[in-house]
This record gives sequence, structure tokens and C-alpha cells, in this order.
Amino acid sequence: MNGILDLTPSGLYCSNGDFYIDPWRPVKRAVITHAHADHARFGSQSYLCAQDSRALLQARLGREANIETLDYGEILPVNSVNISLHPAGHILGSAQVKINQGGHVCVVSGDYKTDRDPTCSPLEPLRCHTFISECTFGLPIFRWPPPEQVDNEINAWWQINRNQGRTSILFAYALGKAQRILAGLDRSIGPILTHGAVEKINQCYRDLGITLPKTRYIGELGEKDLPAGALVIAPPSADNPTWMRRFPERSRAFASGWMRIRGNRRRRSVDRGFVLSDHSDWEGLVSTIAASGAERIMLTHGYATEMVRWLQEKGYDAKAIPTAYGDEVEIDGKEA
Amino acid sequence: MKAFADLYRSLDETTSINRKIDAMVAYFRHTQAQDAIWAVSFLIGRKPRQVVPTRKLMQWAAELAEVPEWLFEASYDVVGDLAETITLLLPHAPRTSSRPLHEWVERIFLPLRKMEPESQRSEILNAWSEMNESQRFVWNKLITGGFRVGVSRRLVVRALERFSGIDAAVLTHRLMGEWQATADTYRRILSPDTRDADISRPYPFYLAYPLDDNLGDLGPLDCWQVEWKWDGIRGQVIHRSRQVFIWSRGEELVSEKYPELAEAAALLPDGTVLDGEILPWKEGRPLPFSELQRRIGRKTAGKKLLREVPTAFLAYDVLEFGGEDQRPKALLQRRKILSQMLSNLSANRLIVSPVVAARTWQDLQALREESRRRGVEGFMLKRLDSAYQVGRRRGDWWKWKIDPLTADAVLIYAQRGHGRRAGLYTDYTFAVRQGKSLVPFAKAYSGLSDDEIRQVDRFIQRNTLERFGPVRSVRPELVFEIAFEGIQESSRHKSGVAVRFPRIVRWRRDKKIEEADTIETLKSLLSTP
Repeated sequence: MNGILDLTPSGLYCSNGDFYIDPWRPVKRAVITHAHADHARFGSQSYLCAQDSRALLQARLGREANIETLDYGEILPVNSVNISLHPAGHILGSAQVKINQGGHVCVVSGDYKTDRDPTCSPLEPLRCHTFISECTFGLPIFRWPPPEQVDNEINAWWQINRNQGRTSILFAYALGKAQRILAGLDRSIGPILTHGAVEKINQCYRDLGITLPKTRYIGELGEKDLPAGALVIAPPSADNPTWMRRFPERSRAFASGWMRIRGNRRRRSVDRGFVLSDHSDWEGLVSTIAASGAERIMLTHGYATEMVRWLQEKGYDAKAIPTAYGDEVEIDGKEA
Repeated sequence: MKAFADLYRSLDETTSINRKIDAMVAYFRHTQAQDAIWAVSFLIGRKPRQVVPTRKLMQWAAELAEVPEWLFEASYDVVGDLAETITLLLPHAPRTSSRPLHEWVERIFLPLRKMEPESQRSEILNAWSEMNESQRFVWNKLITGGFRVGVSRRLVVRALERFSGIDAAVLTHRLMGEWQATADTYRRILSPDTRDADISRPYPFYLAYPLDDNLGDLGPLDCWQVEWKWDGIRGQVIHRSRQVFIWSRGEELVSEKYPELAEAAALLPDGTVLDGEILPWKEGRPLPFSELQRRIGRKTAGKKLLREVPTAFLAYDVLEFGGEDQRPKALLQRRKILSQMLSNLSANRLIVSPVVAARTWQDLQALREESRRRGVEGFMLKRLDSAYQVGRRRGDWWKWKIDPLTADAVLIYAQRGHGRRAGLYTDYTFAVRQGKSLVPFAKAYSGLSDDEIRQVDRFIQRNTLERFGPVRSVRPELVFEIAFEGIQESSRHKSGVAVRFPRIVRWRRDKKIEEADTIETLKSLLSTP
């Protein structure tokens, strides 16, 4: 593909270093950009990830998984290439993979964002020759409001619900998004409750020294002990009648970049959609690609066809690389 | 504008009926009459026509957003809503204006209609530069003629009722027909004095729900009046103060479209309002609905068309007689008045919708089988002691429609949907088998659950064969049962047939494409008129 990486049926492969990046199938050696399920899959013989990702990855893959780590910026020589991992700003421990082969540098971004996030290290812009970037939100309609504004919107929504005796239920991806939201909550409004999936990740974050407000796991509370006016953070899968039954008076909201589009919010029939993503918006993608100074841009995930054409019109050497399922865009199902 | 945009947002942001009503009441409380009347007008669905061509609007928005036109279109394809796409792409406005809603509408929006494109452009760019995102969205909805929000007219009336204390039925009536959005109108609508009059104003229609109970639950048949369910346009004929007004159920004044009916209506006694159905009618029986469509599309009808597709008004009910509201009376009484009035009249275009005689429900069921041959959609069942109510109500009136025709068809093309389905492939074209190939025969948008829609969307993305602009051709693999109300020969369609109201009944996961229906089977359904 570019002399350093090849696209194989198992995903991106570096033959000189004999490792895969976020492979789709079990392989001998996997370099993992971050611990989300579609990037960190089971069954490989060994894994390499950033130091801060270790606990999260172990939690996902199980105790038997063989995981090695690197500090951000630490260089690991493997055969004729040097690998290093650099902050991607996506979630705690997320990394861009930098491969240096005799002075020629290729960077695989993994998922990344340029917006501020108090729960992880900010994106480190990297200079390289080939930049393989994600582009989940690669259309100019995706423009994120400032995160501080979204924090305020969430707090205001919570406050109103609390005043009217309703529980605020906020659906968010359990790893990363939930903790980022927690960090922006105004604790003076009321108690914060969590779904088990979120609480499990909270523990990992706290163990790694990330400050999160006090939360209570719903499973430890009886249905009658649920405090009024609380804010509940739960994964989207909890939005089912059985789980929701315990909150008869409620307002439901969803936090995701997809909420930028009204139809997505209406389809979920939530009361509020907060535009908050752990991916870059269009401007973030464009500026990061420009800052890489790369001669060659390759895009993956999301609206790659459109963004490639736009980059080509701007004079870039750009190309789309397919993901496991072609050029599919999954609006509802995935972390975003 | 800010208050109205905020109202739009609150209505859009909740699915709770009570919270929607609360939001409207709060708005009416804090809004002056000349703004509130426009809000009422838009909320009950009196949406203004599109004033700027879509192409132009896209071009101006793309320029301002510094986005090439193809990228604008790709974005539109994902968003599924033009007004929203523009909103999402435009750069932030330097300031927001505090201009009230009526000024936006009366000074900026309405004059656009008479402007040259260049002046329209500068007005619209100016407007955009003074609005935040939620204001722009509402504004764009207005200029693209697509203003819609998740409230029904009934909900708006309930909010107005709670705000003003005026009875909902009175409010509904006052909102009917044509009125100017002025502060005076607003005050008149909310006036406690109920002796107001407007000679053109129609009554709110009483609508029936589809029959969902067993016939047995309806009690003895002799408590019911049974009529054929005619397939035309529901309408009201008004003759007051020697003037005739014909209204369609969409509250469009259509007197000029049906001059033969207007002429006949002038023979009615003064102070009469009839409810009924406008039908294409020749030699004592209805023509297919598609014939009526030729009349619907024209503002006025030429001689040739009048000869080819004459219309009749099949009267169901009398709502006003001698200037008196008849609606509280029992149907039996109203029917007597109606029959007497029309039998004294030499107008053969105003016909009393005949009552179907049957001794038992079983007899009726057998008669229902004749519906298609008679060119009707089934029966209307009305309780003989029922008053003429307002809006769609259960209990006293039911429509008992014939079962639709169905065919098993193959999904071959798909396009992304709009609104709630934006971004997902939800607009499908279906084909039946013709020899060894497939021939498209119907487009359908609705009928699948959200979950099924997601699965079909994923299938389409993974099985695209070709792309033609926004349309994808799809590997023929999925079979669906498609229902439709009627089928007719058509030279304009490749398949040679056109179907009415096609929709998806279910996904036939059990069927392979070899088991889909053929064009021959479809043609065998062609009814012989």
C-alpha cells in the first residue's frame, strides 16, 4: 500500500515489523490504538498498547490476554522498523501508531479528536510522510459546539428536570464518553447514578488517576431508594422497558456526534440530543491532516469517499481504504 | 423570531404531549397577538409555499459555506432535509437580530415571492447573517415550503383552549377556512363572544377510525347506517348569502375547480352546508380516482376535461340548514333533512350517498366483496343516533375498508430517506419477475419497524451494485410483501401497471426471489371497470 503497511484480510499489516494494527481477526501480534470493541478484538497471541490503555484492554480481553505496553513517545524497534505510540485524544490510553522505517514515517491515527477532554491526553499532531486517518465524521455538516457549551447544556437540562421532579437519563457510550460527561457535570445539582457497564469503566479511570465526581452504581440501590432528580449515565443498550421501568418520571437524552442531525435524534425519540463526540469534526479532521504535512493521505471509516474527493480537489494525494465491511456508515450502532 | 424558534425547539425536543402543550401555552402567554397569529398559522399546518427555487437556495448556501456543490449534495443526502443541511453548513452568524416573528414574515419573507433571484439572494443572505442555528432552521423551513413540526392541529387547539378558556370545538371551527394572519384575527379567534360569523367558513370534519373491533361488538345492525366508502375527495359545500364555497378536507377552497358543482350548489336553499365526497362521476357510477387527479391538478377545468371527467358531490350529511347548526342532531334526523332537501332539487350533481340495505352483518360482509367492482373502498358505518363530531373520534363512526391487494416483490433500488429516516436507506423500489428479469412496479417508504429498517440499510450498504446519484441499485435478494389499494394499466410505467398507495406489509425472509410474484400475476389483478 505504501511500502510500510499492507491491507490484508485481517486488516492493516506491517510486514517488516510483522504486526497488525487493530486487526479484524486473531493474529500473532496486534498493535491496538484503543480499547473500543471494534478496534480491540479477541484472540490474538500478543497485544501492544499505550500504558494508559492496559487496564481497559485487559478488562475487555480477559486476564489471559498477553498485553505489552509502551509509554507515549517511547520507541520500540521491531526488526527494521521503529514503533511509537502518541496520544490521540479519543479516550483514555488512545494512541496514534507511528512507524518509522529508515526515515520514512507512516502514522495510523486510530480514532482521534481535537476537542478538549479532561479525561485523556490531548491529540499530539505528528508530522509524517503517510497519514492514515479515520474520517467517521468526514462531512462539513459535522461541526461540534465547544465542549464547555455542551457541558452547560447538559447541566441546564438536568437542573430543569430536577426542578420538575424527573430523573435525567443520559445515554452515552460506556467507555470514554461517559467519563468525559461525568467530568463536566455540576455536582451541586444532585446525585449522579451509573449503570453497571459505566461504573466498571469509571473504576479503571479512577485507578489511573483520573478525577471523576462521586457516582453511585444503580445496582446497589433498591428501586425505592433511587434519589429524586438524579442524573443517570447508561449505555444506549439500557434503553429498554425493563431497565427503564425504575424511572417512571424521566427525561431521556443521548450524547453523540450523530445528534448533530435531527433525524437521528428523532429516530431514537429522545427528548434531547447532545452533540458530543470523541471523534473529530470536519474542521478537526481537515486541520489534523494539514498539520501532518503528509505527502499521502489515506482515509478509513465513515464518509471516506466524500472526504477523499474533497482532499483531491485541494491538491492532496488522497485515497480511501476499505474497512471490514466496505464503505459502510453505521449511524446508530456504534460508539461516536 | 427568537421566541418562535425556541418554541419550535421545545416542541421538537420532546415526545410528551403534555410538555408540548405546556410549551405552546407558555409561548402564547408571552407573545403579542401579531406574532402569535403567525405561530398558530404555521403550527396548524398552513405552511407557505416555497418561494425560492431549491437549486438557487442550494447554490447560495454552498457559496456562503465555501463548500463545492457536489459536497453540498452529498451532505443533503445524509441529512435528508434541505433546510437542515443549509443550517448545518452555514458559518456562524456575527450577530442575532431581535426582530419579531411577524416582521420577519411580513417584511422579509412574504415580499420574497415577488422578487428577482438576485434580490432574493441578498435578502436571504442578509437574513442568515442575523440568525443563530435554531432561527435559521425555522427560517429555512419557511422559505423551502417545508414547515412542519410535531404537533397536530388538535394539539394547538388544546393549547389555545387552555390559554384562553374558549371551548376547543369553537376554536377548531374558527381556525377553519381562509383567514389573514393579523392581530385582529387572533383576537377574533380567542374572543369569548361566540356569535361571530364568516359566511365562507366550513365546519371541522368528523372523521372515522378504521374498524378494529369485531362486527359482533357493534351491536344490532339496525342501529347503524351503512354507506359505501367512496374514493374521491372529502369536501364541504356551502351556500350562504347567495354565495357558494366548496372546500376540500385539506381546507383548500376548490369552488373554481368544480364549476359544475358550484352551479348545482347555488340551487341549495340559502344557509346550507353539506358534507360529502367529490367524485369523478359518469352514467351513475364513479370513474377511477386517477381520472379525478386530472381535475385536482388544474386551477380551472377546460370544456374538454369537463366533458371527459364530470364530477358529482355525493352528500353524506347536512351540517347547517336554514342557517342553523345541525351537528348536535342525530344522524337519523339529519339524514331526513338531507334527503328531503336534495329530492326537492333539480340538481343531479348533488346526490345523497345511498344507504346500503342489508339484513345481517353476514349479508353486509358478502356485499363488501363487491366493493372493488363498484369502484368503492368498502363501507362507512355510522350510528344512527350519532351527532356530527369534531375531528377523528372512535365509537360512532367507523370505516370498514376492503383488504388491500398484495404481491411479493424484490427490492432492487434504494435511496436515503428524509426526516426521521434521514441518513438511512428507506426509500425502496420493488420489482416483480418478468421472464428471467425483474421489472420495477412500485416505490414504497413505509411499513418496516425501525429495527428492520436498520437491517435493510446494512444489507443495502453491503450489497450495492451501482450508484446513480443518490440512488443505489441493490443485489436482488430481499423479498417483501407489498400491499396496494388498486391497480391500473399505465403506459407511463415500464411494467405497464400503476398501483395506488403501495406500502410494505412485511419482510418475507422466508422467500427467495424465485418465489416473488410475476408481472402476469399482477396483471391478472387489473380490475375490469
